[in-house]
Amino acid sequence: MITLPHVLTLSGILFAISVAGIFLNRKNVILLLMCIELMLLSVNFNFVAFSRFLGDIDGQVFVFFILTVAAAESAIGLAILVVVFRERRSINVEELNTMKG
Amino acid sequence: MFIEIIFYVFAAVLVGAAIGVITARNPVYSALYLVLAFFTSAVIWLLLEAEFLAVVLVLVYVGAVMVLFLFVVMMLDINIEELRKGFTRYAPLGAVVAFVMVAEIVNVVYVKRLGLQALPASPPLPADYSNTRALGAVLYTDYVYPLQIAAVILLVAIVAAIVLTMRKRTGQKHQNISRQVAARREDRVRLVKVAPEKRE
Repeated sequence: MITLPHVLTLSGILFAISVAGIFLNRKNVILLLMCIELMLLSVNFNFVAFSRFLGDIDGQVFVFFILTVAAAESAIGLAILVVVFRERRSINVEELNTMKG
Repeated sequence: MFIEIIFYVFAAVLVGAAIGVITARNPVYSALYLVLAFFTSAVIWLLLEAEFLAVVLVLVYVGAVMVLFLFVVMMLDINIEELRKGFTRYAPLGAVVAFVMVAEIVNVVYVKRLGLQALPASPPLPADYSNTRALGAVLYTDYVYPLQIAAVILLVAIVAAIVLTMRKRTGQKHQNISRQVAARREDRVRLVKVAPEKRE
């Protein structure tokens, strides 16, 4: 039988992998966006699991909203990416230093 | 027992796909691995009795967001080798951070005092239970204002994405319809009186 710790561990592993992905692909903005999607997925896993094991459907409502915001975020992120590539002909994070942040 | 086997198989596929996302040489493969990760997550969500969200995950993420990712990855002409410099240099650090995070999470989850293991799954739902109906009943009553805000966020995202990527190309000739329609005879035609010349 699946218990809550099973799912929480799976989501923890998924989150850790995506954090490692941010370390590995520091220069590629597309890969960074994909890693953020993976992180949001692992967070959603937690919500779904707790919703199941506490018998409360509100967790699934939160997953619904997180999916909405994540879709909007990735759409805007990719739009910014396309504009940046058009200006600089590169998506290397190290070359995006015009704002001196 | 059967459900456990399904869970473990798909969890293994999910972890493998996630590792594929972060290590694939080509961003296109990363995007395809991410599609696989979303599909397997949808299966696990089905096991957790979140049927509506599983379907939404496949429709919205695989159907829309990942197609967007693939479009952008294939549209941009990027130098992959340049972007992969320093990949192996930071691999040990990333592995250490990931390992520490997993250790911490497992440590917290399996602490006896929290009693998470003892938390039984709610009893199996009746056959005519509709997850979509239950979700909708909450979404359109208790969460109606957040739902409206989510709709506005999506609208803002559409407008922002279109405005960001819209551009005026220079050096192109195109019609200006409103100027064309608004043109009057006086703007275009000039009547000139030409003095008649004498014939030699």
